[in-house]
Amino acid sequence: MATKPALAPSADATISRRGFFMKLGIVFNALAASAVAVPIVGFLFSSITRGRANGYLSWVPLGQVSEFPEGETRLATFQNPYVMPTDGKTADTACWVRRVAGEQFQVFAVNCAHLGCPVRWFPQSGLFMCPCHGGAYYRDGSRASGPPERGLFEYPYKVENGLVTIQAGELPTPGAAMAELNGEKPPCAS
Amino acid sequence: MRIMIRTIGEWFDRRLQLAVPVREMAEHPVPRNTASWWYVFGSAALTVFMLQIVTGILLALVYVPSGAEAWSSLQALNHGVALGWFIRGMHGWGSNFMVAIVLIHMVQVFLFGAHKFPRELTWIIGVFLLLMTLGMAFSGQVLRFDQDAYWGLGIGASIASRVPILGPSIVRLMLGGPIIAGATLSRFFALHVFVIPGVLIGFVCLHLLMVLKLGINEWPMPGRIVRRATYEAEYHALTKKEGAPFVPYAVWKDMFFAAFIILAVAACALYFGPFGPTGQPDPTIIQTVPKPDYFFLWLYALLSLLPPSLETPVLLIGPVVVIAGLLLLPFLSGEGEKSWKRRPIAVLTVSLIAITLGTFTHLAGFTPWSPHMNAWSGDPVPDRYVHNTTALERQGALVFQVKQCRNCHSLGDTGGQRGPALDSVAVRLTQDQLIRQVIQGGGNMPAYGKNLSPAETTALVAFLQTLHPKGQAPARDASRDLALSDENQAGRNP
Repeated sequence: MATKPALAPSADATISRRGFFMKLGIVFNALAASAVAVPIVGFLFSSITRGRANGYLSWVPLGQVSEFPEGETRLATFQNPYVMPTDGKTADTACWVRRVAGEQFQVFAVNCAHLGCPVRWFPQSGLFMCPCHGGAYYRDGSRASGPPERGLFEYPYKVENGLVTIQAGELPTPGAAMAELNGEKPPCAS
Repeated sequence: MRIMIRTIGEWFDRRLQLAVPVREMAEHPVPRNTASWWYVFGSAALTVFMLQIVTGILLALVYVPSGAEAWSSLQALNHGVALGWFIRGMHGWGSNFMVAIVLIHMVQVFLFGAHKFPRELTWIIGVFLLLMTLGMAFSGQVLRFDQDAYWGLGIGASIASRVPILGPSIVRLMLGGPIIAGATLSRFFALHVFVIPGVLIGFVCLHLLMVLKLGINEWPMPGRIVRRATYEAEYHALTKKEGAPFVPYAVWKDMFFAAFIILAVAACALYFGPFGPTGQPDPTIIQTVPKPDYFFLWLYALLSLLPPSLETPVLLIGPVVVIAGLLLLPFLSGEGEKSWKRRPIAVLTVSLIAITLGTFTHLAGFTPWSPHMNAWSGDPVPDRYVHNTTALERQGALVFQVKQCRNCHSLGDTGGQRGPALDSVAVRLTQDQLIRQVIQGGGNMPAYGKNLSPAETTALVAFLQTLHPKGQAPARDASRDLALSDENQAGRNP
């Protein structure tokens, strides 16, 4: 490496008129940039901030209790409560409804607790099976085998005036709010 | 005529002043031995990238990035617009070619030691170019808004959600809302069409600029050691002594290969046609087996085969380690031998990675880890397994099919491969062990105790006990024989 020449002491300590205006220009631009940055960042992260206030979740009806035979598991569909005009079919969501007995239900997300592929119900063997990476769950949603670390995600439900309603609105993922809402594992039905 | 062209040319150059730098660039001396077929992959990658830009713009003339209409606009491209299928085919195949060529280019550069001093930054920018190429491949797969795209996004979201603390926020940012929907497609469109290509073009320019400024890597000779202090002088001596102008000395090979690649992409598009779209992205249609595009198949296999406890750490830490390793490589081995003949660990590493990725990709082709959803109703029990059997054993064969054991266990080479093949299970497990395994599960098998009546279990196990090769006796528990005979003895002599 060549040795650097020693820094020359600045010619004059006073600030020139041009130098001052250039600095002022930089400050002015920084102010403008930060003023504009607030709405830009706010816009960019709006999908997060809205969700944090739980603005995505609401109660959606699935159907009459009588539509779900006792002891059986049926596929039900509902429209996501938060819809944009460009969503098309993607706003529709499917879930597995298991009527345990009477007004006791279990409503499972179709998304595998491993990586979200749609699980299918096989009444013959009493198992939910995932086509992607081979996860399997028992009829009560608990993990049977394969890569999932937990049971199926469950939606909170309530039965009012004979109508089964679930609290939904967000894609269930292993790290998302719904997983925390329902604890690590769904309750095992005996 | 010629005079007129020259006059016009001079008029422009007086204003643009580009003739001299362009000529210097074109005629810059390169080491003679770099005019090799091994040095064509960089320019081929650039060629395919430009092809992608052209076909991409053409597709954007028709494609609608809306969750409601993307799929039907793809159908229109395939069937309604003249040659739309061909442009889609070119873009899809171009994507595969681009990933492949970028990977080959990277391996060649690594094995030729081109990442060493003074070309470290060229390599680092190259790593970012690779990541952006993969980003383009993934976001492009999303724009082909079909079932694979939809569930592929779900997998991406599930992986992202596992990031500690920030996970759910990252998912919402990635999806543009609470679910995979119109907003998700729009933002992947913005990424695929504006953000990534913009950065990519800038980085390609930097990458090329550095190749020009620093000179193309000379052919590595065993024993010619790279030292920071002397390399640049040695390289200049090399190009001066035995250099040749890039144009036309070396460029013709690049041009030939570029033309060959374009024709190859067009031939694939013509012969194989465009990719998909598969079924509509309707989340209520769950009869689907989503699969990623070719270059992510290895990841699909890895996600199936990792033990559950290792999965999250590998998914979250793995990419960081790999990317950091690639970025740090030129600093860890910035000097020394360039030739692959003197770098056995480099060769071994490349081979090992290639074999691993190849094996995973191969496995993902037939997914032995997934149950075959239709095996129980589609694959009959081979005749020979029910020939000469008792009524109970035949009933067991029925239970075997109806309870979908077949989805995971093969008989006569048909059926799922999730669990072991059962053609000779009776040799491995005794009656008691079979009953226990069926009722309690274990290993990777669900327990069927709650789902089988005692009669069904008895029949099933009776059938399973017949599954042993001819001339090979089924397993039996010798101590049980003894215990039973003791009992008999006791029974006889009270």
